[in-house]
Amino acid sequence: MPVPHTAFAPEATTNRELRAFLHGLPGVDEVGARARAQDLSTRSIKTTAKAEAIDLAISMVDLTTLEGADTPGKVRALCAKAAHPDPTDRTVPRVGAVCVYPDMVATAVEALRGTGIGVASVATAFPSGRAPMEVKLADTRRAVADGATEIDMVIDRGAFLSGDYLKVFEEIAAVKEACGTAHLKVILETGELVTYDNVRRASHLAIRAGGDFVKTSTGKVSPAATLPVTLVMLEAVRDHHADTGRRVGVKPAGGIRTTKDAIRNLVLVNEVAGPEWLTPDLFRIGASSLLNDLLMQRTRLSTGTYPGPDYYTLD
Amino acid sequence: MAERRTSRRTARAAEGGPPARLAVRKTYKLYLGGAFPRSESGRSYPVTSASGQHLANASLASRKDARDAVVAARKAFGGWSARTAYNRGQVLYRVAEVLEGRRAQFAAQAVAAQGLSPDLADRVVSAAIDRWVYYAGWTDKVAQVLGGANPVAGPYYNHSAPEPTGVVAVLAPQDAPLLGLTSVLAPVIATGNTAVAVTSETAPLAAVDLAEVLATSDLPGGVVNLLTGRVPELAPHLAAHADVNALDLTGAGDLAVELEREAAATLTRVLRPGPEAGGGEEAWLDPDPGTARMTPFLETKTVWHPVGV
Amino acid sequence: MTFEYAPAPESRSVVTLRETYELFIDGAFTPAEGGEYLTTVNPADETKLAQVAVAGPADVDRAVAAARRAYETVWSRMPGAERGKYLFRIARILQERSRELAVLESMDNGKPIKETRDVDLPLVAAHFFYHAGWADKLAHAGLGPDPRPLGVAAQVIPWNFPLLMLAWKIAPALATGNTVVLKPAETTPLTALAFAEICQEADLPPGVVNILTGAGETGRALVEHPGTDKVAFTGSTEVGRQIARAVAGTGKRLTLELGGKGANIVYDDAALDQAVEGVVSGIFFNQGHVCCAGSRLLVQESIAEELLPRLKARISRLRLGDPLDKNTDIGAINSAAQLERIRELTDTAEAEGVQRWSPECALPGSGYWFAPTVLTGVSQSHRVAREEIFGPVLSVLTFRTPEEAVAKANNTPYGLSAGVWTEKGSRMLWTAERLRAGVVWSNTFNKFDPTSPFGGYKESGYGREGGRHGLEAYLG
Repeated sequence: MPVPHTAFAPEATTNRELRAFLHGLPGVDEVGARARAQDLSTRSIKTTAKAEAIDLAISMVDLTTLEGADTPGKVRALCAKAAHPDPTDRTVPRVGAVCVYPDMVATAVEALRGTGIGVASVATAFPSGRAPMEVKLADTRRAVADGATEIDMVIDRGAFLSGDYLKVFEEIAAVKEACGTAHLKVILETGELVTYDNVRRASHLAIRAGGDFVKTSTGKVSPAATLPVTLVMLEAVRDHHADTGRRVGVKPAGGIRTTKDAIRNLVLVNEVAGPEWLTPDLFRIGASSLLNDLLMQRTRLSTGTYPGPDYYTLD
Repeated sequence: MAERRTSRRTARAAEGGPPARLAVRKTYKLYLGGAFPRSESGRSYPVTSASGQHLANASLASRKDARDAVVAARKAFGGWSARTAYNRGQVLYRVAEVLEGRRAQFAAQAVAAQGLSPDLADRVVSAAIDRWVYYAGWTDKVAQVLGGANPVAGPYYNHSAPEPTGVVAVLAPQDAPLLGLTSVLAPVIATGNTAVAVTSETAPLAAVDLAEVLATSDLPGGVVNLLTGRVPELAPHLAAHADVNALDLTGAGDLAVELEREAAATLTRVLRPGPEAGGGEEAWLDPDPGTARMTPFLETKTVWHPVGV
Repeated sequence: MTFEYAPAPESRSVVTLRETYELFIDGAFTPAEGGEYLTTVNPADETKLAQVAVAGPADVDRAVAAARRAYETVWSRMPGAERGKYLFRIARILQERSRELAVLESMDNGKPIKETRDVDLPLVAAHFFYHAGWADKLAHAGLGPDPRPLGVAAQVIPWNFPLLMLAWKIAPALATGNTVVLKPAETTPLTALAFAEICQEADLPPGVVNILTGAGETGRALVEHPGTDKVAFTGSTEVGRQIARAVAGTGKRLTLELGGKGANIVYDDAALDQAVEGVVSGIFFNQGHVCCAGSRLLVQESIAEELLPRLKARISRLRLGDPLDKNTDIGAINSAAQLERIRELTDTAEAEGVQRWSPECALPGSGYWFAPTVLTGVSQSHRVAREEIFGPVLSVLTFRTPEEAVAKANNTPYGLSAGVWTEKGSRMLWTAERLRAGVVWSNTFNKFDPTSPFGGYKESGYGREGGRHGLEAYLG
C-alpha cells in the first residue's frame, strides 16, 4: 500500500542549535526503558484480539529481500508472495510493501503492477551509508525514477556519533527532496548508535529533517529491532505529534520473526504511541520469514489445528 | 581537685585565722546549646560527697529545660550529622586531648565525690579518656562495617549505609558519673546523632566538668546537652517527646518499662538497660565495647539506582 | 483502529480450594478450640472462597507451646547446614507450586495475576533461597562470633502481600534457628495455609512453623503471649504503637514495619518517560496497597505542566478489572473496609478543594473497586498529603528548589520510602543523602530483593528485613 508523502519543509538550522535541541531532550534511562518494554511484552493477546492483530501485522509487513545474491527471479518470487501470501486463502490481507535494493526496483515494480502494492527501495549506499553525497542522491533519484514509492535511507552514523548533527540533518533533507512524492523512511541503525539517548536524539533529528518514518535498522547489524528501541522511537513520534500535530511513522526491521514478536510490537504501538498509529500508514515491520509465521498462526486460529511449514510457500 | 582543696582550706580556716586566700567556688550549671545556663526554674540542689559532705549546688533541671535541650539538639543535628565522619573523629579526639590535660581534676573529683580509691579513680579517668579516643576512631569505620553493597538480582546498584537516627535522649548511668556517662554519650554522637543526657542525679559534678571539656573541644553547641537533675522528673517528658528519635534507658532504673511504653507513642527507638546499667564506674571498664551502643541509634538507608548506559 | 485485548484469564483449575481450613499447629491442621470460623471472600466479585478457623487464646497457647518444644528439642539444636537444607527444600516447592500460589493469592487478595506471577511469587522463593544460605554462615554475619537464636517468634503480617510478607518473616526466623507462630491477615489467610501444606510436604519438623488464622483479637493474643521471645509485625502505625506498648517490659525483641507516605521527587532534568513509569508504578502497583508507595508526587514546578499530561495519558492506559486476567494492571481493593477508607479520604480531599481526576474507567458491578485517581492542587496541609491512604490515589505537589523538595519530602512523621528522579548523579546523591527514609529509589521505584534491607525511619517502624541487616532482628 503506497503511502502519500507528507508535505513537510524542514527549517534551516545550525549544528549548534541542533545540538542544543537534541541534548535538551529528556534522557532515557536504559533500565527503565527495558523494564517498560518487558512489561508490555507480557500482554496476553488471545482469540479475537489475536486474529485482528495477525491481519493487521500482515498488512504492515514490508516484505524484504536485501541480499547480495538477489536476482530478478528471487525478486519476482517475493513479489508473487506479497500479492498472494496464502494462495489457498484469499481473505489474507496484502502486505504493506516489498522492499528491495535500488537495482531491483524496476523488476519489482513490473512484478507488482496491478496489485496496488508499493515498492520500497533502500538507498543512500545501504547499508553502511559510506558514499559521497552525490552518490547517495543519485541512488535515491534512480530508485524513484524506476518507480519506488518509498525510500528507506540510512543516516550517516559516523557523522551522528561525531556530533555533526547538521550533516545528518542536511543529508536527510536532501534525500527527502530527491524523493519527490516518494515516502521517506530514515534508518537510524540503532545497533550502531548503541544508547537509547542516541536513539531518541537520532529519531528527533530524522523527524525534524523531514522523514516520514523512522526505521530501526538495516538488518545487517545486530542488535536490530529490539522492543526497547522501538519503544523509544514510538515515544519520539508520539511527542513530536503532541508538539506539532504531525504524525510520523515507525518501522522496526530486523529480527522480528514470529507472530509473538509482531504482536508485542503492536501492543507497544497501541500503548505507547496510541491506537492512531495502528495502520500501515504509520507502522511497518521490515521482515521476510515473519510473514509465513503470521500465516501459520492465522490458520491455527481459524481451524484450531497446528499447521506445518510445508503448507506455506517459501516465497 | 578545686573542690577538695577548698574544703581543706575551709577546715584549716576554722582551726584558726583567716585563710591566705579565699577560694573561688564554681557554680555548676546546665549545658544547653553550647551555653551554661542555670535551670529556667531557678532551682538547684545540694550535691554531697560519698561521705555525705556538701560539695556544691547543682542546677535542678526542669521539664522546660528538657524541652529547650531537645530544641538545641534538633537544631544542631543537621550540621553535626552532615560533618564528614573524619571531622567528627577529629572533634572526638580533641575531647580526649582536653580531658587528658585535666585528668588530675577529674581523678580528684572521683575520689571526693564518689569515694573511689585514688588508684581506681585514675583507672576510671584513663578509661574515660581512652573511650573518647576509641569512638573517635569509630566515626569513619562504622559505615564500612555496617554498610555495603547488596547484590540484588537485577541491573541496579544497591547500597545500604547507616545514618544517625536524630536526637537521642540518654539517661546516663546513675552510679558511673564520668566513665559511665562517657560510655553512653560518645557512641551516640560519634555517628552523628545529637544528645540530651540526664546525668547522674547524685553525682552530677563530673558531668558539668565534662561539659566544660566538650565546650572547649570544637564540639558544636547543641550536639551534647547535659541536664543535671532527677530522672523521674525529666525522663517521662523526654520519652514522650515527639521530636526525640531514640531513648537510651541505661539510667532509667525502675522507670524503664514505663518509659518504654511512653516511647511507643511515636515509635521512639529504645535501648533497654543492659547488664552494666546499675553498676559503678568499674562496670564500664571494658576497653572494647564494640558497636553495640552505636547500632541502636542508627538507621539503615538503602539506595537503589539503575545501572545502564 | 482500536485494538481491544480479548479476555485472557489465567486458569483457576490449578487451585483446589477446601471448604474449610483449620489452624496449623505442631505440624498438623487442627480445629480451633472455640469452633469459630471466618469467611474469606474474593474481593473481585465478593464470592466466598472458604471458611477459616479463628484462633483463640487456647489455640495461641497450644501453638506457642508447640513452637517452644520444637525450638528446644529440634530446631535450635540442628546444625545450621541442615536447617538451611529445609529452607532450600521449601524454596524449591514454592517454585514448583508458584502458579497455583499466584492464582490463589490473586483470588484471595484481588491483586492482578501479572503481579503475583511476576513479582510476589518469584520474590517469595528468592527470600527462602537467600536465607537458606545464611543458616550455616551466621558467624560471618558481623553480629558476633556465636550469634544465638532468640527462641519463639510471634509474627503478624498484613494483607497487601500475604505470601511475600510471610516469606519476609518466616525465612529469616527459621534460618537463624528460631521457630515461629505466624498470623496472616484476616482477609488473606489462604496462601499462608497453603504454605503450611508446603511445610508438611517439606517434612519440616512439627512445631517449627505454626499458622494461626483469625482477626485482630487473635493477633493481639499472639503478640501479648508471654511465651514468645520476639515479636515481628508489619501493618499500620496505629497497631504498631499498641504492640510497642504491649511489648515494653517483657524483654521481647521487637521489629515493626509500619505505614508510610512516600515522596517521589521528579526534578526537571529527569528521564521523563521513565519517571512517569516510576510514578505510576509507585502508586498504582498493587492498587496502592503498599506501605512504601510513592503516594506524594513532588514535581519540580518548571516541568509540572509537561509531566502531568504525560502522567494522565499513561494512567488512562491502565487496565482495571479481573485480577486473574493476564492483562490486568489494577485489580480489586482488598476489602470493603479498605475501599471505604480510600473513599472517605479522597472525598475529604475534594471537599478541601483539591482537584480530583480519574481516567474513564468502567468498574465491575460486584466486588471492591476504586479507579486510579490523581489529586492535584494538593499542599502539605491537606489531609491526603499527610495520611496514608493505602489505595490507588496519587497526591501531586510541586516544589521549586532541591532544598524545598527535600524539606517537603521529609515533612511527615513517616520515613519508609522515597523516590528521586534526575539524570544528574550528584543531585541524586545529594537528595538521597538528605531524605529521611529507609529505602530511596533513584530512577526506579518499588523494587525489592532479599539481599536488600527494608524498613523505616521515624513512625514507619524500626528494624530491617532482608539482607545481612535483617538477620539482626532474630539473633541475640
